[in-house]
Amino acid sequence: MFFTVSLYLSLAIFTVGLLYKASTWFRYNVGIEGRDISVSTRVAAATRGIISTLCSSKILTLLKVFILDGVFQARTLREDAFRWIIHMCIYGGFMVLLLMHALSKFTTSILFTDYYPTVNPFLFLRDLSAILVIAGVALAVYRRFARRGWRPATNAMDLYAMVILAVIMISGIVLDGAKILSNTVFQSMVQDYLVQPDEEQVRALSSYWVEDFGLVAPGLKEPFDPKILQEGKTIHEMSCMQCHSRPQWALASYAASRLMKPVAEELDRANLPSVLWHLHFLACFLGLAYLPFSKMFHIFAGPLSLMANAVMERGVSAPANLATKQILELDACVHCGACTRRCSVAVAFKEIPNVNILPSEKIASLKALAAGKNLSSRELRTIQQGLFLCTNCNRCTMVCPVGINLRDLWFSVREALLQRSLPEPLLLSPVSLYRGLMQESLDQNQYRSPISLVRDIFAADGDRRTEQEMSIPFELGEITLLTTLNASIQANSFSRCYGCMTCSNACPVARNYNRPEEVLGLLPHQLMHAISFRQWDLVFSSMMLWDCLGCYQCQENCPQNVRVADILYELKGLAVSRADEKFA
Amino acid sequence: MKIALFRCCMTAMGLDQYESSTNAVLEKLGIEFVDVREFGCCGYPLRNFNFRAFVLASARNLALAEKRGLNILTVCNCCYGSLKHTEHLLKEDSALRGEINASLDGEGLRYEGRTVPKHFLQILHDDIGIENIKGNLKKTFRGLKIATHYGCHILRPSEIVQFDNAFSPVKMDQLVELTGAESVPWLTKLECCGSPLIGVNDDLSMDLTEKKLVNAKKGGADYLCVACPYCQMQFDKVQKMMLAHRGSEVSLPSILFLQLLGLCLGIDSHRLGLEMNRLPITGIQQFLSEQ
Repeated sequence: MFFTVSLYLSLAIFTVGLLYKASTWFRYNVGIEGRDISVSTRVAAATRGIISTLCSSKILTLLKVFILDGVFQARTLREDAFRWIIHMCIYGGFMVLLLMHALSKFTTSILFTDYYPTVNPFLFLRDLSAILVIAGVALAVYRRFARRGWRPATNAMDLYAMVILAVIMISGIVLDGAKILSNTVFQSMVQDYLVQPDEEQVRALSSYWVEDFGLVAPGLKEPFDPKILQEGKTIHEMSCMQCHSRPQWALASYAASRLMKPVAEELDRANLPSVLWHLHFLACFLGLAYLPFSKMFHIFAGPLSLMANAVMERGVSAPANLATKQILELDACVHCGACTRRCSVAVAFKEIPNVNILPSEKIASLKALAAGKNLSSRELRTIQQGLFLCTNCNRCTMVCPVGINLRDLWFSVREALLQRSLPEPLLLSPVSLYRGLMQESLDQNQYRSPISLVRDIFAADGDRRTEQEMSIPFELGEITLLTTLNASIQANSFSRCYGCMTCSNACPVARNYNRPEEVLGLLPHQLMHAISFRQWDLVFSSMMLWDCLGCYQCQENCPQNVRVADILYELKGLAVSRADEKFA
Repeated sequence: MKIALFRCCMTAMGLDQYESSTNAVLEKLGIEFVDVREFGCCGYPLRNFNFRAFVLASARNLALAEKRGLNILTVCNCCYGSLKHTEHLLKEDSALRGEINASLDGEGLRYEGRTVPKHFLQILHDDIGIENIKGNLKKTFRGLKIATHYGCHILRPSEIVQFDNAFSPVKMDQLVELTGAESVPWLTKLECCGSPLIGVNDDLSMDLTEKKLVNAKKGGADYLCVACPYCQMQFDKVQKMMLAHRGSEVSLPSILFLQLLGLCLGIDSHRLGLEMNRLPITGIQQFLSEQ
């Protein structure tokens, strides 16, 4: 009753959960592509896409990816052999247990007519699989908490996954150990399988089982009379042997039984096997019911993400399908942290405490965005900054074990966020190079307006008439700004400037315009002076800062050895940090 | 000579040929290199908004190489400039060095100034030497006119990068000419390619690029030749965008110096990724002749 009800209940929750999660792939949206596409269009596009892929030669690519990267985890192996071993232990052991043990009614029982879970090789294999899973989980815990280097913080979901697996495996092993010891279990088996046994026969069989099968029977102690053992052995061979290999083959369970042996009778009286049986099945059913909502869902979403990414590409695939794929990718992420460990700019997190810089942590924010969670503009800005602080080096994508096209995901979500008109100062730095190179996949207005927005905000700093409404107040204080610049190793040379204008004449940007001051505001030599005079409104509203190439012509030509370009870098840094305070 | 090869993030944006031609040429010249997987961003893109993040990112790479007892070989001017800047800053400012090292300590790293970053042009010109490279050539160019583009951060600020005279450099021209090509004089030769402003101010960026293209063409060049992936991206992908959307009329394809040299070293053009350019450069092989 307990078994049936909880099995069907958890199966029902599992099924509803699967359907619910699959529906979010079409209902949710996180990137730029899916903004104006309806659910029905996405379902139709996916159906068309899947059918046309399955009917083309791409089906071979799918198969290859499924087997190599899905079943054998080739991507993980290439990146980190230790992690591959961990994952193979857990996943290999788990799959053997699932197919051979949990689903034995539909698999092993049908395939092998003489299948009993208590005979070899099944007895040995089941135990070995559990040992593999436990070893894998133990290594995973060790790796998470003991090894150095970049690693995402362990979150509740990571912990849950490790705990539920450990509970299922350990309860199973201890359950088997308790059964080896249990006289109650032994006696009930005797009742079921011996034909009208007399007391002597039971005693002989019990003695044999105590001697060789690890049983603990009250009142029976070694050493036994060899004759009794011989008689027990004969009965065993007639009635038990067919279904029972020696329990020593179940390495872990037998070891557990030896540990419990001193208190075996007490445990048996407390009905331990039954307690553990309930615990084991409850844990399995909980794991099953919660699977679609936990990171274990990657069992389904991971291979799908691998296969989808093997045949889909921006510019080729339908935008509706890209939008759907992105949500699937969020479900496939297992928070393994491979992306973060290989991230080119992860190190910046030490100086800029925004967890969204780290790719593995961006995913959590993207999930919140996709689910339509109501985020404050401060939170949105933080996510946006994290998304922009990226060199687009593509290493995260290359190492993702579930094949998520992370670089493209970041690109798409960046654009979607920019459409919310939150100003992004990082747009005015070389991290927007990738965006510039990709502009042909955006419409021109979509591409240009976020740049104008942030340029206009900086330019408004100089508009004294509208200072109250528009400008960013100089919160750091004028004196502090000057002190900062004076103390800066790269910027403290501005006071040496005597205004010869050589820097501005050498500047290719200034030379590009007939009236550069109209476009650029203060030119390099004027900037040097304006700093000394603390004309911060003029300094920070000058587009010269953002249109500076960093080519160092100014600095190289300066007769006074003023580090003009370095000073411009410092000013940009100050402008961004002031803007960050203001915009956030 | 064993050296830590510092790849550049830029090459992941469609410059696979940069990687393959680097590998091919280094192997051919017997330069033993190691790929350090832990290397990250050189710091260049971070410099615009956070000085400390720039120095830390950059110093981390120096420390990683120092831990292995190796110098760094960069294939990009911006990586080179950033690493040289950081090397210089940490030498000058012991307080900053202390703070950065404290930060690096979490990863078991430290930088004491032993590792030196080098640009591949430096290795070729100063360490291996023109004559030694000449000895390895299988073919040379005849009648080929090249507009040599140095790029900014290999030349400036000269007190920090210390490669060549910033106003009249010769080293890259000598390297181009050892292939038999003529390095033609042209206006705006030493100016920026415009790449840092792509995505920031495209019109300005493309104005600057266009000026360079016009001048190089006027100088009679058949091809541009560059030593930095940013410049190559600008002269290839961005130039193609300019031709398509901006109505630019002058077109001048650009070849990587390592490809130019690789062809003369007898490396297969496919290995050098010659056909991967967006503006075709495979025609340059017509100028090749056997030694």
